[in-house]
Amino acid sequence: MNERHLRVAKVCKSYGRQRALVDVSLTFAPGQVAAIVGPNGAGKTTLLGILSTLAKPTSGEILLADQPFIRDPAARRTIGYVGHEPGVYPDLSARQNLRIFASLYALTDAETRITAMLERVDLADVRSDLPARAYSRGMLQRLALARALLHGPKILLFDEPSSALDPVGVRWLSEELLRERDAGSLVILVTHDLDAAAQVAGHLVVIRRGRVAMDRTEPSGFSATQVRALYEEALRDR
Amino acid sequence: MSPMPTETRSTSPKLLATCAITAILFVIACKAIADAPREITMGLVQKIFYFHVPCAWLLMLSTLVCAGGSVAYLFGGSERGDRVAVASSELGVVFGLCVLVSGPLWAKAAWGVYWQWEARLTSSLLLWLMLVAYVLARRYGGAAARRLAAALALFAAIDIPLVYFSVRFFRSIHPSNTVVSTLVPGMRGAFWLSLLAFTALWWVLFSTRMATENAYARLVDLEILLDQAEEKNA
Amino acid sequence: MTGSPHPSFWRYTALIAIKDLRIEGRSREVLYTMGFSAALVVLVFSFALASATDPAQGPITAAGVLWAATLFTGTVALARVLDRERENESIRSLLLSPAPRAAIYAGKLIATSTLMLAVEILLTVLVGVLFSAGVFAHLGWLALVLVLGTLGFASTGVVFSAALLRSRSREALLGALLFPIVIPVLLAASRATACLFDPLSPDLEPVAFWTRFLLATDVIYIALGLWVFEPVVSGE
Repeated sequence: MNERHLRVAKVCKSYGRQRALVDVSLTFAPGQVAAIVGPNGAGKTTLLGILSTLAKPTSGEILLADQPFIRDPAARRTIGYVGHEPGVYPDLSARQNLRIFASLYALTDAETRITAMLERVDLADVRSDLPARAYSRGMLQRLALARALLHGPKILLFDEPSSALDPVGVRWLSEELLRERDAGSLVILVTHDLDAAAQVAGHLVVIRRGRVAMDRTEPSGFSATQVRALYEEALRDR
Repeated sequence: MSPMPTETRSTSPKLLATCAITAILFVIACKAIADAPREITMGLVQKIFYFHVPCAWLLMLSTLVCAGGSVAYLFGGSERGDRVAVASSELGVVFGLCVLVSGPLWAKAAWGVYWQWEARLTSSLLLWLMLVAYVLARRYGGAAARRLAAALALFAAIDIPLVYFSVRFFRSIHPSNTVVSTLVPGMRGAFWLSLLAFTALWWVLFSTRMATENAYARLVDLEILLDQAEEKNA
Repeated sequence: MTGSPHPSFWRYTALIAIKDLRIEGRSREVLYTMGFSAALVVLVFSFALASATDPAQGPITAAGVLWAATLFTGTVALARVLDRERENESIRSLLLSPAPRAAIYAGKLIATSTLMLAVEILLTVLVGVLFSAGVFAHLGWLALVLVLGTLGFASTGVVFSAALLRSRSREALLGALLFPIVIPVLLAASRATACLFDPLSPDLEPVAFWTRFLLATDVIYIALGLWVFEPVVSGE
């Protein structure tokens, strides 16, 4: 029932006078991709920050399988995060980067997993001494995904991962998201790109001015037109 | 979040009473200082002592209170602790400035130089600089300004024992801590009265500053309530 | 599927320190640029103080210059070990990992101190040559003072650099925040070093005093740093 559901319970987040999130309540289910969309400054990134346990809500809580999902190492082990910055060390190569993260997460058979992951993201053929600094944007994003997935997280958080990616890159990313979804992970994607959202989402959330303006689940997915229509409706002043 | 306020408060009667008491204390203290016997070697100038020492005490008190509030904020998430820290830090800067100005004025008369790089003067200056840095950090520190400043306050608090005990550990030109207990009765009374008056003044200023911060927090709460009410009606 | 028994605090500390040092070590660039700029600072001081060379002042000036240049080096080391994490947002990946925040602090403290000490060795030799100071007279004591002074600086530097990571006024503020706090360390270290450099003085008693002072300060600062690092660096 509620096992492994990630629940946001009446979360508010304020920075002094500014209220970034107001009374946000949502439930995310595993085996599904949830797309969070909304205008700039709506609070999507703030929400993701709280879901990743790096930020604390001013009030309300996050629950995983009905247990409080708080800042502790155990919770962080279950999360994989990809933002618009790749979150890797530019002076190290892909393999060296992954080795560091493997030891941070205390992974057994690190080398095997790293090799497998590099093959999965198609970075296995890159010169082994090339620092990440020299990679193209697309390569960096692939490395970011490898980093995020290396420790086998069951909750994946993506913040505008396809900004600055070319159409090929965007498509590849969508495929990876669906692959993780099919493996039973809980995937949450924050994006501007309504078409990309339509490609992958089974759960659509529209955030507007810090509040949930639309929360719709469609197991068979949404079409691009549907997403646009729902988005317009959510943003319409009532 | 505080419940909907039912009355508006202008100046609280308790604060007015404290102001009155402070004013009275100052009048009494000034009379006592004027009546206090003149010190043999330095004459009238020595009476800066009645001003200088209480200000130094208030510098240390402010830092201590600031550190206390910072701990409550940093580890307990206490917003009130944060407000206490802000209020006391500013008072620390003000009274610290008084110490650092009155000291050299006295020093020139007593030692012939305005300043010397010895333990107590140096550590007091550093303490004051840290409080100034606190104020700067809060204003320009960016997103993590409050936490940054709170950490700074804790490091500043470590300087307090250094300031106080420095005259004991380091041979110094500055008078030692035992001076107060060796004062003659006329001076002693004036000193303690002066200390009391200044501390009352600190409390008045602190309460007023806290009231400002509390009012601001209340304002934010009210805005939230207003928004929520609007949502309900919409 | 994921971890073996969780690594200890020390393992994480070592991991992070080694990672940072390895990144710096990859391009010898860092030692060259840091070493060179620190050496230049020493030279600048030498020129600026040239007219004031009174043989009796030699050791005091030498010690002062050494520690002033060290402070400068420290600021650069902090920028590399901490500000670098902003690039590509690797700090977020680090914070998202299971590593305890205190281990991140300790690891970065070790990395910063190591970088500083590497440059300080060069600086000591340089200062010895330029000011004819007896740097090799009491090598053991000198090493101890260098280590303790460096730790004193780095222990606070790591906290405030991390706190300023997302601030626009980072460069301007770091000095303002850090220097009042590290001045006692600077003072104690240069007093001790001045005694050690003095070829005429056989008296090591002040050195012992200032070293004890440094030790006490370091213990307090590091304890405070470990305590305060987590709330400071965690999101609000």
